[in-house]
Amino acid sequence: MLRDITLGQYYPIDSPIHRLDPRAKILLTVGFIVAVFLVGSLPGYIPIVLFLVLVVRLSRLPVNMMLRSLKPLRILLVFTFVLNMFFGTGERELFRLGFIVVKEDGLMNAVRFSARLIFLVVGSSVLTLTTAPVTLTDGLERLASPLKRIGFPAHEMAMMMTIALRFIPTLTEEADKIMKAQSARGADFSTGNLKARAKAMIPLLVPLFVSAFRRAGDLAMAMEARCYHGGEGRTRLHVLRYRRGDAVAFGAMALLIAVVVLQGRLQ
Amino acid sequence: MAAPHIQLDHVTYRYSPEAPPAVRDFTLHIARGEFVALLGHNGSGKSTVAKLINGLYQPSEGTVLLSGMDTADAQYTWDIRRRAGMVFQNPDNQIVGTRVEDDVAFGMENIGVPADEMPGRIAQALAAVNMTAFADRAPHLLSGGQKQRVAIAGILAMQPEALILDEATAMLDPSGRRDVLETVRHLNEEQGITVVWITHFMEEAVPAGRVVVMHGGELAMDGTPREVFSQVDRIRSYRLDVPPMTRLAADLAGRGIGINPNVLSIDDMLEEVVRLAHHC
Repeated sequence: MLRDITLGQYYPIDSPIHRLDPRAKILLTVGFIVAVFLVGSLPGYIPIVLFLVLVVRLSRLPVNMMLRSLKPLRILLVFTFVLNMFFGTGERELFRLGFIVVKEDGLMNAVRFSARLIFLVVGSSVLTLTTAPVTLTDGLERLASPLKRIGFPAHEMAMMMTIALRFIPTLTEEADKIMKAQSARGADFSTGNLKARAKAMIPLLVPLFVSAFRRAGDLAMAMEARCYHGGEGRTRLHVLRYRRGDAVAFGAMALLIAVVVLQGRLQ
Repeated sequence: MAAPHIQLDHVTYRYSPEAPPAVRDFTLHIARGEFVALLGHNGSGKSTVAKLINGLYQPSEGTVLLSGMDTADAQYTWDIRRRAGMVFQNPDNQIVGTRVEDDVAFGMENIGVPADEMPGRIAQALAAVNMTAFADRAPHLLSGGQKQRVAIAGILAMQPEALILDEATAMLDPSGRRDVLETVRHLNEEQGITVVWITHFMEEAVPAGRVVVMHGGELAMDGTPREVFSQVDRIRSYRLDVPPMTRLAADLAGRGIGINPNVLSIDDMLEEVVRLAHHC
């Protein structure tokens, strides 16, 4: 039952977007978020939508995958929409139902903020859907490495993330095993109220923690035996290199931002 | 005679100053290219010896040298660990990479091997342990024996001179155990890598050139498998057993059958039985 927890949402196919350098993809995602926030009016979202459609087509991701990434957001979306709709401060009233008043600017804001939320989530899930978690970690380490000079532990953070990714399946399997062992002795994980179920987790979590610490000790010893001594003097198997595709992508992003800014000026 | 490859002289090791020594006045010289099986009951100090050889532990007294380098000298630490690779008991807890290939590269990355040299060395190392087809698999999907072979490949890629296996087969099924032992024997014979094979499975000590038995932190016996295992009573006094075929031969000899008790393997036993049959 625990086995179907997939980590991240990486969708392993080959596409021009998948092949982009992870650093480029992270920077482009940041660029996209900036572009979305720069949009000041509803028609301003047209270039954003066009850009997103283009990227999703290029990435060959199934559209329902993209839509699925919005699912956990549905409650927040409803909230954003409803709250904005009812709290307009403008002059023009659209309709009134008892004490509920919907004004024109309220409705506009509701649409705008909901659209913004959708674009942000879809845009950033392109990053996580097209980049393997380890590659993403690699990209983050490389991007953050200038900060090493001011004492930011970029290598250590990336190493921790990689090890966490490596051990999640191992610990999941172990949790599954412990659960079965406890169930065989009459433990009940699935019935009762929230408090009862939380309490039932204790006999699962305690052995899991103990084993995780033991594994950590073993792993540290094994890493030392294999000459691990931090990020200094370390080389990498996968060397990240910006290619032509990355340059094209940066160009496209610059264009998008320029269009959005220009559109804002013209109004 | 050339200087020993691995040299422990009067080594004593305590986990803490008040604790009784886990290893006591232990002296062992291992020549380059030897295959040594290190046997001992739980708590006999055999794992501690393994960790002393590559400097994971430093002796409380005495000296440990690898290719003449003192493990207590910090300037040699990484050189020693590159030359003496170590495989641990739990296959899950020594794999760092999320793909087989990445894990094999881990050690090389640590010692600063240039990126363009790595793919070739990874391919060679995986071929040597017969895992080429698994290069881009996720390690948690492999069997225990396969994981241990990946761990060995990770060490081979660092071009070591010695391989220390600290009960590397203890958590494996019989076929995984056989695969790992075969792989290591092959590396010892073909590439001349010195092997220290720590185990409590007696039959795994049979192919070794030399068997060392530890008891209570001290060296108890040292000799060829035949010399060591022929002393059945002494072995048992160290709470160890002899290989199954030796045990059978000893039992048969005890019942007055004129069998040579020096039998170690099934092949030996077969030969003995054929010889006896001819006599009848």
